[in-house]
Amino acid sequence: MPGVETFVFYGLAALIVAGAAGVAFSRNILHAAFLLLLTLSGTAGLYFFLGADFVGVAQILIYVGGILVLLLFAVLLTNRIGDVRMSNRNVGYATTIPVALLLASFLVSAMALASWPHTTPVAAPTTARLGDAFLREYLLPFELVSLVLLMALVGAMVVARRAVRDRGDADEGALPAAPASSSVGGAP
Amino acid sequence: MTLGMTTSMTTGLSAAAALASIGLGHFLVLSAVMFTLGLITAATRRSAVAILMGVELILNAAALNFVAFSHYSQGAITGQVFAVFVVVLAAAEATVALAIVLAVFRGFRTVDVTDVSTLKG
Repeated sequence: MPGVETFVFYGLAALIVAGAAGVAFSRNILHAAFLLLLTLSGTAGLYFFLGADFVGVAQILIYVGGILVLLLFAVLLTNRIGDVRMSNRNVGYATTIPVALLLASFLVSAMALASWPHTTPVAAPTTARLGDAFLREYLLPFELVSLVLLMALVGAMVVARRAVRDRGDADEGALPAAPASSSVGGAP
Repeated sequence: MTLGMTTSMTTGLSAAAALASIGLGHFLVLSAVMFTLGLITAATRRSAVAILMGVELILNAAALNFVAFSHYSQGAITGQVFAVFVVVLAAAEATVALAIVLAVFRGFRTVDVTDVSTLKG
């Protein structure tokens, strides 16, 4: 007798697979980005389903609220909106699809046929234990990942900054009287 | 031969029962499908942003595996710790990669990875 969790799982799984297939095969890159939203939200739902409440909230905050907005910004900044309908072209379907199907059949059969230990998990909030693990066992990786985030932040600014500085040079050519320091700090 | 048929019938019955009760295998199969679709995306797309979407799908599949293993192993929290690290590193990776995409777009006026081939011999 299928319970309610069966329906929840299959609903979320259908959401995830439909969104991922849309990302893989959609012709329009904006459609692909919005279908990625479907997949990421479905994954967050599965995290809640698995009792990983903190990971689910982090998934929504970081992926859906951060990375997806970044992706949409990149799409809108780099693609010309006029040809957005054909903005997501593909190459090499003839070789990729058979290889991917082979890999998928191998992975799915291996994971479906293996006899996983059938434990009955307890559904309890894990945020407190997660924070405990971060500040005890995983303190060094936790601090290192904050360093990585800082470096990524500074590095992304350094890589993407030159566009602004080039435009700033052009503006200085147009307005030679304005000193550079006041144009940086004084602009509202 | 009869034995083989009975075995296949019982495995079919147990498979039907196993499909209804959600276990670890369900999550692993789902994340394998998600991983393969992400791989197809990363391998066939010509836009660098779309390739990045495929990489995000692959990372999500891996994180889902971690959380599922953590849930189905009694009392272990390590998988969720790894999933949080995966999410954080995916954020860092997306930030730097999109900055690189913007820099490439400035230089080449395109983000089509087959056209960005200056270093190709």
